Amino acid sequence: MDWMAWTWPTAAFFIIIVTTLVIFSVLAVKFPETPRKGVLGMETTRGDRLFITLLGSAFINLAWLGVVSVNQPYALAVCIAYALVVFRWV
Amino acid sequence: MDKTLNQKAWFLVLPVLVLVAFSAVLPVMTVVNYSVQDTFGNNKFFWAGLEWYAEMLQSERMWDALVRQLMFSGIILAIEVPLGIFVALHMPKSGFWSSFCLVLMSLPLLIPWNVVGTIWQIFGRVDIGLLGYTLDLLGIEYNYTQDIFSAWATIIVMDVWHWTSLVALLAFAGLKSIPDAYYQAAKIDQASRWNVFRYIELPKMMGVLMIAILLRFMDSFMIYTEPFVVTGGGPGNATTLLSIDLVKMALGQFDLGPAAAFSIMYYLVILTISYVFYTVMTAMDKKEG
Repeated sequence: MDWMAWTWPTAAFFIIIVTTLVIFSVLAVKFPETPRKGVLGMETTRGDRLFITLLGSAFINLAWLGVVSVNQPYALAVCIAYALVVFRWV
Repeated sequence: MDKTLNQKAWFLVLPVLVLVAFSAVLPVMTVVNYSVQDTFGNNKFFWAGLEWYAEMLQSERMWDALVRQLMFSGIILAIEVPLGIFVALHMPKSGFWSSFCLVLMSLPLLIPWNVVGTIWQIFGRVDIGLLGYTLDLLGIEYNYTQDIFSAWATIIVMDVWHWTSLVALLAFAGLKSIPDAYYQAAKIDQASRWNVFRYIELPKMMGVLMIAILLRFMDSFMIYTEPFVVTGGGPGNATTLLSIDLVKMALGQFDLGPAAAFSIMYYLVILTISYVFYTVMTAMDKKEG
């Protein structure tokens, strides 16, 4: 694994993402759902909303880094708020 | 819709997932690891945190390359899509000439990227190339190694030459799938040629056209070989598109950290655009089906 140049923070990052994916996969099997139409006007399932959340969070973090550039952890708070909005209304 | 989705079927995709893990996921993970570290070779890494991301976000060089990239993709789409539709509409619908056209149109698609680059690099040369020499004879200032406009014109015309066929072939396939009854109905209604196109042909072609646009956008957004062979990213940095800049940074300067951060951002943009296209396409499929 040396060639992959692992660090603890990146390992933790990927472990969290993989765990989230596993949890959502199990949820999708245990509790099947009907896709619904949200504010974006497209049909989304939980999985879609998770994807939109993760992708959006990446951009939020980058934007924070580019515009505010201090107190990076606060960007996570914005991401959580964003996630709530996505899961509730998208 | 009142039926719930059977999500269990997704487990059937597991074998592909394993393959993709080795060809895509592990490399991307490695890039993420590189992007938060610094190295001076020898496989020794030092923690850098978000430094490279911050540096890249402030880097004029990256933003300029992004703007050039968006311009390039925008221009070639604006030319290739209408031109492809136009060609498809005027292709013979059946018989020998139809097959002949199809074969002829596929030819540029079969040529490897670096060969296309070489063809146009020589074609455009003022001393020995047919295009460059002719333009020079006509008194038109043309030199793709020194003049920015010439360089851009060359790589755009090259891309149009290489890929318009793809749009045309897809549009042609879409046109072929329209049953005659639609045209007959249009004739009875005395629809004009424009109305036939607007209300029958275009909506029926929309599905394949979206695929064509998606393919052309992705391909042009990642384009490397052809412009690199023709202009090498010059004159100056005028045709340094994102991937050319990235390769310069990663392999030329061996700045793995910044290049990795750059790659991740590049990847995010591509992922977002692909997702938007994918969503629009599936939504359209549902509407039709």
